[in-house]
Order: sequence, then structure tokens, then C-alpha cells
Amino acid sequence: MTDATTSLLTQDARTKKRNAAEARFKLYGIAAIGIGVAMLILLLVTILGNGVGAFQQTFVTLHVELQEKKLDKKGNRDPEDLKKVTTFGYDPLMKAAFDKAVKEANVETKLKPKDQAALLSKSAAADLRNYVLANPEHIGKTIEFTFLANSRVDGYLKGRVTRESIANDKNINAAQLDLVDQLVKAGVIEKRFNPAFILGADASDQRPEAAGIGVSMAGSFFMMLVVLVLALPIGVAASIYLEEFAPKNWITDIIEVNISNLAAVPSIVFGILGLAVFINTMHLPQSAPLVGGLVLTLMTLPTIIISTRAALKSVPPSIRDAALGLGASRMQAVFHHVLPLAAPGILTGTIIGLAQALGETAPLLLIGMIGFIASNAPGGVAEGLLSPNSAMPAQIYEWAKRADPAFYERAWGGIIILLVFLVTMNTIAVILRRRFERRW
Amino acid sequence: MSFVKLTASTLAIAAVSATAAAARDQVQIAGSSTVLPYASIVAEAFGENFDFPTPVVESGGSSAGLKRFCEGVGENTIDIANASRQIKDKELATCAENGVTDIIEVKIGYDGIVFASDVNGATFEFTPADWYKALAAEVVVDGKLVANPAKTWADVNPAFPAQPIQAFIPGTKHGTREVFEEKVILAGCEATGDFEAKLAGAAGDDEKAKKKAAEKACMALRTDGLSVDIDGDYTETLARIESNKDGIGVFGLAFYENNTDKLQVATMSGVVPSTESIATGEYPVSRPLYFYIKKAHIGVIPGIKEYAEFFVSDELAGPDGPLAEYGLVSDPELAKTQAIVADEAVIGSNM
Repeated sequence: MTDATTSLLTQDARTKKRNAAEARFKLYGIAAIGIGVAMLILLLVTILGNGVGAFQQTFVTLHVELQEKKLDKKGNRDPEDLKKVTTFGYDPLMKAAFDKAVKEANVETKLKPKDQAALLSKSAAADLRNYVLANPEHIGKTIEFTFLANSRVDGYLKGRVTRESIANDKNINAAQLDLVDQLVKAGVIEKRFNPAFILGADASDQRPEAAGIGVSMAGSFFMMLVVLVLALPIGVAASIYLEEFAPKNWITDIIEVNISNLAAVPSIVFGILGLAVFINTMHLPQSAPLVGGLVLTLMTLPTIIISTRAALKSVPPSIRDAALGLGASRMQAVFHHVLPLAAPGILTGTIIGLAQALGETAPLLLIGMIGFIASNAPGGVAEGLLSPNSAMPAQIYEWAKRADPAFYERAWGGIIILLVFLVTMNTIAVILRRRFERRW
Repeated sequence: MSFVKLTASTLAIAAVSATAAAARDQVQIAGSSTVLPYASIVAEAFGENFDFPTPVVESGGSSAGLKRFCEGVGENTIDIANASRQIKDKELATCAENGVTDIIEVKIGYDGIVFASDVNGATFEFTPADWYKALAAEVVVDGKLVANPAKTWADVNPAFPAQPIQAFIPGTKHGTREVFEEKVILAGCEATGDFEAKLAGAAGDDEKAKKKAAEKACMALRTDGLSVDIDGDYTETLARIESNKDGIGVFGLAFYENNTDKLQVATMSGVVPSTESIATGEYPVSRPLYFYIKKAHIGVIPGIKEYAEFFVSDELAGPDGPLAEYGLVSDPELAKTQAIVADEAVIGSNM
């Protein structure tokens, strides 16, 4: 022991070892965070890289002559007669207008009018028909329209479709791409921001360019409304009773354990339950946001109950005791003192529960909310709740599995919109917690 | 107190839903994912051109759709089931048990089943026998039935490159699977002469049972991982091929035609699949597509008959219509189908 000099300045072997272990652990931690951040960046870059294109769309500007002899043979502007002309009856007008635009732009092409007009979206005739039905007085005039271009043309302007990739494609050929190049130069075809992607309805497999996420966004909104209106009062009432009033005995213990278990049940189970109870037994309509909302309510309830109870528990007992000591009833103590203090925690839990429900797809699969549901935007609350609709994650799933690669881009675009919603909701939750939460 | 308000609005919503549950005004359709694109094209045009709301079309596979179809009659059941195969007697029996008796069968056209691989990979010219030899669970080698020894396509047919066998075929819930088994694997089994060997070894009380057992033995596919069942959609098959360049997948013609930049199609018995070669019957692997209507719902749910008539009209399902453009092979006997829909002729009524 005599030559063992211990100094605080020189480290002995054991200290070195311990310090090295600590340094290593820090490195592991940094590496773990690094991997996490790298994954996040990879995810965001992929989503943005693939999805930003969906917000832009290629448009064709045409001057269409609304020929009376094609649209209103009797010439009496009777809406019933006008409706008899189907979208197919509008095709010749489109062809004539496209041919005119090509000639006005002084573009030489050997393509037949039919192959020229094939560059337009299939939704163009429907747009034109809707316009004519809404404005029958314009028949006989020439009106300027902006139509969507075909998804192949759009893909060409976005770089997804190239001259190499269309070698075997029967939907577009090199001569048509030459025409596109020239029309872009002439300003007839241009790519710009497309609000219809955010506001519009889904479209069929033949016209990915016309598909939008707006209607399914409304579907998600109405589902969240149902969840909020049902899950918040039920969840808060249940937690207040369990936390403040219920006697502590084996019954409440069982309820408590089961609420925790319920939170861990896979969401698809709630979908099966929804199908059996709400649709088959209660005969609620299929594919309706109301049923989706009810199913998601069941799924969100445990989350809200657990977070509400945690918020109530964090209010110190001294506040209850003071209120009771001054003569307040237990209900007054809870509603006047405990609940306001727990409110930020309850709201945070609710918002996180809603965000979870917003991104949920699996239960919707079973109640008919995934599929081709191209409904128009709902006109009111009752229609929004009861008419068939999809939800944002369901719409993304639906797009991702369609054949045309143009839908793939839209699926990524839909993910961006969904993420914006989720990030906003979570940010609100964080802000509420930071602002109003009180610590003791 | 806001709590009271919330409870009141909850009750109000419950009341609204209870009354509104009685009225459904849009057609509900479910079933085959192969028919889904066609059905959605028709549904969209239907919503645009008629005063009825756009029908709701769900997918999930022919069997799943027919199962839901046969659940019963009533507004909370679907009106129309899409199927990429004909309804089976067993399903008709289930339907009848649940009160779904009058069913109208509508054939909308034909769909080609194609074999496609990565666009930059080797080119294949298949015959059904090649697929049988590549995928059957047991094949005859030197007169004996043995577990399929083939590992590469060169083992199957010396003309092929030595590319490992990796097939992505539709799972059993898809109608496409049955067509693949019957028109490719069974045909290959018969073409190679293995059918006789399997028939000789088949157990059964009579000729018919033996034949059935032999057919079943023929269509049994290997389970050693070289043939992978895809339960999802064609997009999943495509993703598998993109990650495994040796893979060869089974697709619908329409799906292939939308993805010609990623896939190359193989010929079957020397014929290139196209709507024309399938319409003439030259290309051997095709199947009819159907949808089934619950007659009891016609007149109750508005628009069902109009939708069906619109679907099979020459404008849509004809050779120049949008469905053919998307990849449907139009039925030369479309007029007959139109008559069935117009007369609401149910299955078994001997039209």
C-alpha cells in the first residue's frame, strides 16, 4: 500500500475503464439518435420527392365551340333534353376544339384529330357537360376552357414518362409526345398548381389526373367529429367517475385492467365489431363516416380514458381537500377545481387519440370505406355522416394499389396532406401542454 | 353546461342515424379486384351521366365479394358482386339458404391473364407445359412421381436461360388463381403426359373420382418457396418483381398494359397477349368476367338496373368503348347479355 499513490489528477485503471464505458454508452446513444434521425430524413425525403408532383398538374387550354346541333337538337334549352346528351356526345366538340388549337398554334402534325384529343383527360368531356348543364345559355358560343391533360402527358412533363419507357405503351406514342412538346412551346399545354387534388373527389382507373383527396378529407373530418362528440364526453365522464367517485374494489380493478387491455387491442378487431354490431345488427348504412366514426370512437376511448385519468391524478389532493374543507360538494370540487386544472392534459390526450384515429385504415376495410367511392363533397352534416365516403388513409391505400403509376404519385401526395394534418394536431397538443399545464 | 349540450348532440346524432338507416340511394358493389377498374370506370360515368349517385365499388376478391353477396337480402347487404369467375354451385346454395334466390348473371367480357417479368430481364416464350414443369408439386421423372426437382428455367426447358424459378402467382382467394390452375397448370399436366401417370396412381371409387383426384394432384403447386402466393393486388406482384429481378408474375392484361415501362410480357404457346388475340381465342389463357345482381334489390335500391344496362351497353362494353380501351376484351355476344339484363333473367331460368 505504501507505493500506491492515488491522485485525483491521474486516473487509475478502474476509473479509466468506467469512463471509457460511459463514453461508449454516449456513443451508442448518439448512434441510436443518428439512426433515428437518418430514418426520419429518409422518410421525409422519399415522401416529398415522390409526392410533391401530385400538387401540380398539366392543363390544356382550349376554345370550345358549344355547337347547338350537337348539344341541343331541338333548340329549346330544356334541361331534360340537354341531359340526354351523354359525355360521349361531347367527344366531337373536344376533338374539333383540340384540332383548332393545334392549327392556331401553327403546329404541323400528322396525327388524326382522335389521336390528338387523346392527350386530354377522359374527365374533360364530363367537365364540359357539367358546364353546359349549368349554363345552357352559353350553347352556340365559343368558350375558353382549361382541361386536364392525360396522365401520360402529365407524366411526360414531370419526367415520369420518357420516350424510352413508352416503347410498348399503347396509350401514347412518340408522335403524340412531339405534339406535346410543340404545344408546350406554344403555351397551350402548361403545368401548374392543381387545387383539385386537395379539394376534388376520387376518379376511376382511367383518369388518375382527375383524382383528388378532398372528398375523403371531408369523410375523415366527419369521422373525427363523431369521435370527438362521442369519445370526449364518454371518456371524460368515465375517467372522472373512476378517479374521483368510484369505490376502490375488485369491480373497479377489473374495469381498470380491461380499459388498459382495450387500448392494446388491434384496430382490425374494432372493424369486425363495427361490421357485426353497427351494420349487421343496428342496420346503419355501409361505407358511412358515421359508422367509421363509431368504430374509431371505440378505438380512441381507452386512449382518452387513460390520459384523462393521468391528468386527474396529477392534480394534487390538497386542492380537492381545500375545496371540500370550504364546504364544496364532491361534484363542485371536481368540476370547479380539479377538472379545469386537468383540462390541458385531457385535451392533449384527446388530440393524440384523434390523430391516431385519423391515420387508421384497418377497421375501415371491413365497414366498406375502402374502394371506389367517388361521391361528391357532402352538402351538409347529415349527408356528410350518412352518405358513403372514404377516409384519407383509406384513399391513399386505394390509390397505391391501382394499376396506373400516376396513382402512385397521388398516393404519396395524399401522404403529405395526411402528415400535415397529423403534425398540426400533434403540435397543437404540444403547445397546449406547454402553455397551460401546471406542475406542482 | 357544455357536458349536457354534448350529451344532447350525441343523442341527436343517434336519432338521426336511426331514422336515416332506412334509406340507401346508391348502389353498393363489392368483389373481384380484376373487375374493380372496369366497375369504377362505369360507376364514374354512371354518376356523371345519370341523376343517380355514383355507386360505391369495393374490392377484396371474387370469393369475398360473393360471400358478402350471399349474406342475405336487405339494405345492409351489397347489391352487386363482381367476380372474375362464374359463381359456384356451393355459393348458390349458400345464397339460397340466406334467402338470395333470384340472381342475375351478367357477363361483361373477357380478361387475359399474362405472364410478365422485369423489362430488362430475359424474354420468355412459354407453353403451359413449361409452367407445369416449373411449379407442380410432383412431376414424373423417368416414369416415377417425384418432388419437383427443377430449380432454374433451364431445368424446365433447355431453350430457357438458367434463371432461378421464382413465380409470383395470385393467392387462392383470387379468381385468377383458378384460371391459372385450370388453363395453364392442368393443361400443362395433360400436355406433358403426367396426367395419365397421376390418373393411374389416383385413389377413388370410380372413374370420375379418380379423374378428379388426378386433376387435383396435377394442380397441386410446389410449396418450397419457388412459387409464392400473392394475396394482395397486382401492385404487390409488381413490387415483388421489382425487388427480385428473376421473378415472373401473373397479371391481368390491363395491369400489364399500364406498366409496360417496368414489365415485359411472355408469349404463351407462341401468341402475344393482346385484346385482339384474346378476342379471337388464339391466346389461350383468358377468362370471362361477371357481375351478379340481386333481383330482389331492383326497384328497392334506385339505379341498379340502369347501372347494369349502362355497363353492358355498346357505348361502354363494346369493342370501341372505354372498357376495351382499358384492357377488357369485349364479348362478341354482348347483345345476348344486354337481353339478359333487360329481361332480368335470373340464373336457372333457361334463357
